[in-house]
Order: sequence, then structure tokens, then C-alpha cells
Amino acid sequence: MLPPVISARLHGEPIASLPQDLYIPPEALEVYLDAFEGPLDLLLYLIRKHNLDILDIRMADLTQQYMSYVDKMQAAKLELAADYLLMSAMLIEIKSRMLLPKPAELEQEDDPRAELVRRLLEYEAIKIGAQKIDALPQVGRELLVAQACFEHVVKVQLPVVEMEDLLVAWRSVLERAKNYKHHHISREQLSVREHMSLILRRLQQEGMLEFTQMFAVSEGVQKMVTYFLALLELAREGLVKMTQQAAYSPIYVQAAELMA
Amino acid sequence: MMQETQSIQKLKNVLEAALLTSPQPLALDEMLRLFEGKMERTTLRMLLDELKNDWSERTLELVQIASGWRFQAKMEYAEVLARLSPEKPPRYSRATLETLAIIAYKQPVTRGDIEEIRGVAVNQTVLRTLVERGWIDVVGHRDVPGRPSLFATTKNFLDDLNLRSLQELPPIDNLPQQEMEI
Repeated sequence: MLPPVISARLHGEPIASLPQDLYIPPEALEVYLDAFEGPLDLLLYLIRKHNLDILDIRMADLTQQYMSYVDKMQAAKLELAADYLLMSAMLIEIKSRMLLPKPAELEQEDDPRAELVRRLLEYEAIKIGAQKIDALPQVGRELLVAQACFEHVVKVQLPVVEMEDLLVAWRSVLERAKNYKHHHISREQLSVREHMSLILRRLQQEGMLEFTQMFAVSEGVQKMVTYFLALLELAREGLVKMTQQAAYSPIYVQAAELMA
Repeated sequence: MMQETQSIQKLKNVLEAALLTSPQPLALDEMLRLFEGKMERTTLRMLLDELKNDWSERTLELVQIASGWRFQAKMEYAEVLARLSPEKPPRYSRATLETLAIIAYKQPVTRGDIEEIRGVAVNQTVLRTLVERGWIDVVGHRDVPGRPSLFATTKNFLDDLNLRSLQELPPIDNLPQQEMEI
């Protein structure tokens, strides 16, 4: 297998080979901080990168490398996550416990690294699990669920109309139109003037008429209104005289000329 | 015999129409309702298997997932069909995926458990993202001071990942030494 061709530049200078260690350009620290998901992730990276045996970690090397990374982060004045510092303390504690001679009665003491190793392995398993879950086909990504459209709302069934129905309907409209015909007031040109004449003519024949006798209810409202208007007009023009003896007593209408 | 074949086809047609038009996967019980109690569970299972087989040469496939059965486009069309949607579906951050993985593999877990395994504080938005996606929910509280919420994955999570049960999650127990290429 060919070695990978590197065509990267750092500060304008081409890089001939990959950096031997975790190289962090100061301005890229923030990016690196994001790249690691915490101290365990960073430790795993260091262990795997240096091909260390996770079950027999050389604590001195690991601690040194880890601390140098944390130092760089601090140097860049990044707000250092407490989690990273806590891990520093844990590493140092493990290292110091390994340096101390074990008292005879504690011969059976567990390897101080055991807890760290357990956590590293557990985290690594989860990390791989996360990658595996992410690699699964996902609805909305690789999986598209079939969905045929079915309108569950019951459709309103529109009635069918035949030609025959239309004819029947039209005939009944005509039929009804006939019935209503007399209601259509074919506007009789009711001239007030004409009725003024009519009234005068009646008065001439009959002399005096009681007001209510002037109107024939059977002739319709419009006719009566026209009569009334004609009567008012006659009175205004002084052609008729209306008299009433007392309130609510009958009103009499008579032609003015007769009175003269 | 001829008649029997025809009636089987009719039953499969009913199932097909129901499955294709249902907005959610259909559970066996729901499908039994289609036949108003005139269907045996075992017969229904057999019909579904036949229907699945009928579609095997087509563009859709009938699959069984956690909450039932559904039709979906075969995987081979995913890439082409993706061209229809202008935006690529966003991928979750590593923090989100690892949190999801912990809940999926170790459930039910508290926020503290997640932090213990990952070695860092859990961002509240990570959990909220997963709850909003409908992939995790609170299934109870651990009986310790503070009564922290216990998170677990939902049926919806299994459905979305095409799984019938948690047992179908990719195994992570065979520990990882050999998987790392250095």
C-alpha cells in the first residue's frame, strides 16, 4: 500500500509528513476542543494513536501527553472545562499510587488503573455504538416511508342531474310563475293628477263624501295611496274642502266650488 | 380452489390498501379491525408474509418494525429520491449520538449515568433534541436524592431505524481492540 500523499500547508509551508504527535496549531485549539468529546475521548485518542495497550497503560507517558494537551488549552486561555482538569487529577493520582510501595497487607489491591481502563473501554464501546447507530438506515435519511394519499374525509356525493329532471324543474317554474303572475305589480301608471280629476268628478256627482268612503280597499294599497295623495293635492290647491266637527268624528270632503 | 385463491387475493388487497394509506405503521391488532373479527392472527401473519413476497420485485418493500408494518421505498432508491429534497437532512453531533447510544444500550439511564460514561457534562439541548425527535422519553425517576429522570428509547426510535426491537441494535459487547485500525 502506498503511503498517503500529503498535500497540506501550515502557515504557507508545505508539510512533508504527518506530525508525529497530536499537533495543535494555537488558533485551531477551539476546533480541537470540539473534536474531542471530553477527557475520555482525548485519552482514547492518545492511547490508540500511540498504539498503547489499553490493558497495560504506561501511566507516565499517558499523563505527560494528556497534561501537555491540557497545558496548551490553558495557554490559549480557553475556558478549560472542569472535566479535563478532573481527569488530570485522576491520572496523577493513579500514577502516584503505582509509584508507592504497596504495604504487605494490601498485596491483593487492585491495579489502580483498573477503574480508568474500565471507563475507557466502556466509553469506547459507546463511541462505536454511536457510530453504528448513525450508520443504520434512518427514516428521513436513507429510508422513505411509502404514503399513498387517502382522504379520510367522506366526500360529499353530488346528486346526478338528468335532462328529464331539468325539464320537469323548468315546467314547474313556469307553472309557479303563472300562479305568481298577479303578484307582479305591473306598474299601473297611477297618476295623482288623474285621480284628482276622478275625485272631483265624484264630488260633483255626489256632493259631499265622507273621507273613508273615498277609498275602496279592494282596489289595493297603491290605488288608495294614490287617492290619498290626490286628495291632499286637491286640498292644497284649494279645490276641495275637508271638514271635521270634532276630534275622531268623521271627516267630510266636498268640492270647494260647490261651497262657493 | 380457484375461489379460495381469489378470496386470499382480496384479503391481501385490503391489507395493501390499508398499509399504503396509513400515515403510521399498522400493528397487527389494527389490521385485525379491518376484518371485523373474522380474521385469525396467524392467518393475518401469513397474509402479510405473502404480501411482502408479492412486493419483493417492486420498488416498495413491506417491512416489520417495532410498532407494526409499513411500506417503504427500497434502500437502493434512497440516493435518487434524496435529490427531490433540496436540503440534506442534518446529522447529529457526536455528543448527541453518544448520548443516544448510551440511552439505547444502557437504558434506562439518568443524566448522571450518561455523564459518568462520557466523562463530560451533558448539555441539556442534547437531551431536548432527542426528546423532540421522539426518540427518547422519561420513563420514570430513580429513587435517589433529586429523583433524577430515567431516560429510555421509544418505539419511534426503533421505527425510524428500521428495527423491531432493541435486540436488533448493532452489538457493541465484543470489545473494540481489533476494530481500531492504527
